[in-house]
Amino acid sequence: MFRDLLECTPRGLYCPAGDFYVDPWAHVDHAILTHAHADHARSGSKRYLSAKSSESLLRVRLGQSIDLQTVAYGESLRIKDARVSLHPAGHILGSSQVRIEVAGRVALITGDYKLQSDLTCDAWEPVRCDLMVSESTFGLPVFRWPETRLVVQEMIGWWEENQRQGRTSLLLAYSVGKAQRVLAEIFRVCGVEVASKVAVHGAMLGPNRAYVSAGVALPELPSAASLGGQHDWSQSLVIGPPSSQSTPWMDRFSDPSIAMASGWMAIRGTRRRRNVERGFVLSDHVDWPDLLTAIGQCRPERVWVTHGFSEVVSRYLTESGIAAEVLQTRFAGEESEPTVVEKSEEAS
Amino acid sequence: MREFAQLYQRLDETTKTNDKVLAMRDYFSQASGSDAAYALYFLLGNKLKPSLPTRIIRRAARLGAEVPEWLFEETYQWVGDLAETAAAMVKGRSHGGQESLPDTLPDTLPDTLPDTLPETLSETIAERLLPLLRSASGTQRSTRKSSLSSDRRLEIDEALASTLVELWSRYDLLERFVFNKLLTGNLRVGVSAKLVTKALSQWCGVPSEELSHRMMGEWEPSETFFKQLVAPEYSGSSPAKPYPFCLAHPLPQGYSEENSVVDFLAEWKWDGIRAQLVRRAGRTYLWSRGEELLEGRFPEIELAAEGLPDGLVLDGEVLGYRDGVPLAFTLLQRRIQRRKPGVKLLGEVPVVFIAFDVLEHEGKDLRQEAYEQRRRLLESLDWGVACVGQALRISEVFSFSDWGSLFQKRDTAREHGSEGLMLKHRQGRYDVGRVTGTWWKSKVTPYTVDAVLVYAQRGHGRRAGMFSDYTFALWEEDRLVPFAKAYSGLSDQEIVRVDRWIKENTQKKFGPVHEVLAHLVMELAFENLQESSRHKSGIAVRFPRIVRWREDKQARDADRLEDIRRMLKGKGESG
Ligand SMILES: [Zn+2]
Repeated sequence: MFRDLLECTPRGLYCPAGDFYVDPWAHVDHAILTHAHADHARSGSKRYLSAKSSESLLRVRLGQSIDLQTVAYGESLRIKDARVSLHPAGHILGSSQVRIEVAGRVALITGDYKLQSDLTCDAWEPVRCDLMVSESTFGLPVFRWPETRLVVQEMIGWWEENQRQGRTSLLLAYSVGKAQRVLAEIFRVCGVEVASKVAVHGAMLGPNRAYVSAGVALPELPSAASLGGQHDWSQSLVIGPPSSQSTPWMDRFSDPSIAMASGWMAIRGTRRRRNVERGFVLSDHVDWPDLLTAIGQCRPERVWVTHGFSEVVSRYLTESGIAAEVLQTRFAGEESEPTVVEKSEEAS
Repeated sequence: MREFAQLYQRLDETTKTNDKVLAMRDYFSQASGSDAAYALYFLLGNKLKPSLPTRIIRRAARLGAEVPEWLFEETYQWVGDLAETAAAMVKGRSHGGQESLPDTLPDTLPDTLPDTLPETLSETIAERLLPLLRSASGTQRSTRKSSLSSDRRLEIDEALASTLVELWSRYDLLERFVFNKLLTGNLRVGVSAKLVTKALSQWCGVPSEELSHRMMGEWEPSETFFKQLVAPEYSGSSPAKPYPFCLAHPLPQGYSEENSVVDFLAEWKWDGIRAQLVRRAGRTYLWSRGEELLEGRFPEIELAAEGLPDGLVLDGEVLGYRDGVPLAFTLLQRRIQRRKPGVKLLGEVPVVFIAFDVLEHEGKDLRQEAYEQRRRLLESLDWGVACVGQALRISEVFSFSDWGSLFQKRDTAREHGSEGLMLKHRQGRYDVGRVTGTWWKSKVTPYTVDAVLVYAQRGHGRRAGMFSDYTFALWEEDRLVPFAKAYSGLSDQEIVRVDRWIKENTQKKFGPVHEVLAHLVMELAFENLQESSRHKSGIAVRFPRIVRWREDKQARDADRLEDIRRMLKGKGESG
């Protein structure tokens, strides 16, 4: 039914009419990338296309020398027999949904996306389509995100309490996207003056610079390692990637209170398995209500569900009268294993 | 409700004992008497009765979240916790609440935010929870009497579910979660009674030991009770209260090297029900170690005790006993289960109370006196016309000049229907809650411990489909650390009962493994033990098996990991 438009191949989603792939997991000639996370943007392909605002991050992740063409959101391109445009996905800086039109039929590949506000990227836009390929990372009805503003307030309260107790506030957050979003929110509320008390893990320096060069306002922050042995950490907020937990890197801090910002923190069991004192429910993916809202607004006639609770979401959609099926990806089977998803989203 | 929910969160977030104590102290210092009474009640592991049938919570969650049944179940499977699944699915007040956020925009709050929402824990319980629980249990009862048609029952379920949805909508996520935990009677906060008492003591200044005595037995979580509890001078009026029980710990095996046996008095360790016999205000109260009043269960003991003087508290063991011989525990179990034993059973399994200590005499608390003194008093007591020798007896004590002869004596325990020796320090006070070396128990080998069932799995072969593979844990601080798996030892009937219990008390599933409520205590025996870095407990046990199900014990009475470590220390040495 959508044969010329989109098919699922061993190398990833492929558009026959335009002869290009979207987020391929193997080397191809022409790849369109939805965003810079490691499980979507892989090196080794000949030519890449992405949104303009994704460029700085992609070059940090895939190397300066990649052959990368960029387009503005909404700008329409003809690629062979397909008409292609990119639309904001609201996931991280430069994240796109890929709209492909072939002979009047429209496919939309959402990549990762969210509907919640984010100071560090353009807001998600609904795109009318016939076929929608949607992620389902948090596709269970227990995932309902609290307002960002409230979570950030809670986070600041936690930092203040730790300062009173002379404990380092160590917040675990993905290096690309989540870290910058959290920083931007905190500086918005507390002012950039507090930047002198904030440090990051070395893995975030590159992504932070990429955000700044793309026009996101972030103060220059030092890496924790650069601050030397005599540094007083008792008032500090330090952002580190989840993988830094229980590594020697953490030894420098004074009795750190460890917290994590992630959608998985909504569930007590995953929070406990993570072994953190505090969990802040802050996600860059759609929650259950937003997933349904997004599908409702894009009004596809068919949905391919991928990345996450695909079985559950596709059954629910089918019962609600929207044709849906599970898109078998290389990551099939990760539904019940949040740590896999976490890792795949983590900066390498 | 908000404060209590936050207390729950603080306790849940930290593993540090001091932080937990601080969190509870903070709570007590700001709570009203009636809230504090309920908080204390829940922290100590008590639950509201009856709990709400889970089918109503499921129904309400589906209704509130507008999801089909399969989706609810699928989600519940993944989350693994009913209270949490329901709380997270439904809509409610904004996360974080109104009070802490003066700048909350009006549009983030439901437009029907009521002005009558009960704020405090006690009001929430009195005005919301209890009415809900009562109407649900009313339905339950009428259904059982089958005076209620299934249509009518469905209608009532539906009404209860919509009430619940309405309630949920007024709480934020954390409050909903804690509220649901109270509804399901499943609020496990991971603090021991000892810690709770410590926190309360730090706040009110009454010593911990005094507090645990005042809290013995059954009490209503009321403001009056709480005020009396924390008052400098106790004015509580219940004459029934027993004292907190002094517990014996397994004798560390190297202990004999460094300590003198002449400091101890020994007696048989009986295989019965530990109990205190309280004589006050002309009445007799028999309390089990689980702080349960054994009223009416052992009429022969109560009758014999009528001859005892007032203001007397004896510590001892209830034992099946016939023709001068102790009876097996399994026989005694028949008596435990029967609230009002018939003549036939009384004849088949007569019981005695073997007194081994006196804690109060002429109304005076003797617990600070040396054991030797108390023992002397016990033996010189005026037993009045009590039927001593029949239902009331005094334990026999032995003294030894060398450890060797003590162990020799111990190894003849089975011949006397006993399981080993109790060793009590002559100068020891009647201590509570600490391992002080005043009371030791030394059982005939093999090693045995009382452990808590924490995980269960379905068995294979003959027991296929039944939960018959168990993992047991011992206490370390306030945590239960798994240390042994055991498959055998229970009778088929017991397995059926345990199986049913497990199904009803599964907290979480990890594939085939069910995590169950920490409640069932079983006595395990094993042949040998050794250090092991591969085991979380640091100890590997050989051939663990279940000796019996200790229905008389509560989870908190189980042994501690340090007890087993003490056995390990000096293993291989004599005794
Ligand atoms: Zn992503």
